[in-house]
Amino acid sequence: MKKFINSAESVLSDALAGLAAAHPELRVDVDQKIITRATAPHRAKVGLVSGGGSGHEPLHGGFVGAGMLDAACPGEVFTSPVPDQILAATKAANRGAGVVHVVKNYTGDVMNFQMAAELAADEGIAVRTVLVDDDVAVEDSTWTAGRRGTGATVFVEKIAGAHAEAGSDLDGVAEIARRVNAASRSFAVALTACTTPAAGRPGFDLPDDEMEIGVGIHGEPGRRREKLASAKEIVATALDAILSDHPLAPTDQTIVLVNGLGGTPLLELYLVFGEVATALSDKGITVARTLVGNYVTSLDMAGVSITVCRADEQMLALWDAPVRTAALRWGC
Amino acid sequence: MDVALARAWVEAIAEAIDQHTDQLTQLDSAVGDADHGANMRRGFTAVRAALAEFPAETPGDVLVRTGSTLVSSVGGASGPLYGSAFRAIGKVLTGPVADAGQVLSGLTDGLAAVQRLGAAVPGDKTIVDAYTPAVAAFEQELWDGGDLRAAAARAADAAEEGMRATSALQARKGRASYLGSRSVGHQDPGATSTALVFRALAEVTAR
Repeated sequence: MKKFINSAESVLSDALAGLAAAHPELRVDVDQKIITRATAPHRAKVGLVSGGGSGHEPLHGGFVGAGMLDAACPGEVFTSPVPDQILAATKAANRGAGVVHVVKNYTGDVMNFQMAAELAADEGIAVRTVLVDDDVAVEDSTWTAGRRGTGATVFVEKIAGAHAEAGSDLDGVAEIARRVNAASRSFAVALTACTTPAAGRPGFDLPDDEMEIGVGIHGEPGRRREKLASAKEIVATALDAILSDHPLAPTDQTIVLVNGLGGTPLLELYLVFGEVATALSDKGITVARTLVGNYVTSLDMAGVSITVCRADEQMLALWDAPVRTAALRWGC
Repeated sequence: MDVALARAWVEAIAEAIDQHTDQLTQLDSAVGDADHGANMRRGFTAVRAALAEFPAETPGDVLVRTGSTLVSSVGGASGPLYGSAFRAIGKVLTGPVADAGQVLSGLTDGLAAVQRLGAAVPGDKTIVDAYTPAVAAFEQELWDGGDLRAAAARAADAAEEGMRATSALQARKGRASYLGSRSVGHQDPGATSTALVFRALAEVTAR
């Protein structure tokens, strides 16, 4: 498998050096592996920190900036950051009003953020942890580590970030973040496995005429494997899973993300979005806001995830609020 | 166990991880995200560097330092789990020399730390499936009148047996749990690295 890398060991620091070179509006600490805003807000704003394994770019470093995250801490590829690193990001984001940790529900992320939150508390920083667990492909959470956090992370970070920017207090920011997560559901389908730089070969074998239904974002296989279907049929499968878990009424307004997993061209993502829009419209559901592109990727995996959030007026207003980050930018 | 034996144990683990990096990664590739070998190697490379100039007075110093270094260098689930385990083991071994009973007490606390953090029980297809029988075998050997060397050897055998038994299990914790019934037939990477840790202890106590 060919990759544009110097060595498997230096992928993360080399990528962070590149991010720093490309975005002078970010401050990238390559040694501590944290990304912060170059111009920090002066007022006592609630800090928003997120992190997780690398390989999901632009998540999370691409979402650091005005109106969204204050700091991101990327771990090694598909590996959560370590507590010291999360603590450093938390301290950098702390302006005296406390810090919200946005954590995707993966065992390693949960453990490391929990340890970091304890270290932060020892230093007198108030931390609220918000778990993102939107993936309905995990059917029976009783027998697993629980639903994975996937595409809804973008919604949580954007909306909670805008709320923090608008001056909400710590509990207010945590509350809306949890509300957005509770209102969001995701489902993903992969057409190929991805290849981590360390492993050097695809994480699993997937024949040309088959697809993995219900994958997460780490190249881990999905729940089952089926013959490749048409985009319309795949979208129907995904929306069935999403809507049977979280029924929507025709009066509901939604924000819809059609997200590429890294190896799917925009041509196909827009095609999929078209199918999603038609299917939702047939059910009378209003798509109020949309996002189509690669936002929560899985290295070079060909695949797509669909996330639907039932948004109230406050969420929509916060979604529309100005954001200025490397990967998400509007209204400013 | 004295400082020299604790250092030898950690060094033997580091060597075993080096030798089995690819195997651990391959096992993780089947059920997880293909990074367990690379993560453990990164951790124990950092541990080697941390212990090189570290003036330890007790075996506990060595093992606490090992655990702290794993927590701050590995990430993922293995960092906190292995890190907390070694910290817990080390916290018990506070004298210059620990007898076999104290080592058992440390290993027991290490297992408790892993279970507190990961909330896994035997049968979930995790580290615990190798760790639990290893501690039980270690204890049984001491009851049977064996010494540290005999207990470590029996624990290593039990850990490997527990490791092999994970193949037949369906994962209920960690990333493999998302595979559902498809996790059956694959040996758990965490149980495999745990078996290496116990085999390393058996090797250094037998020297």
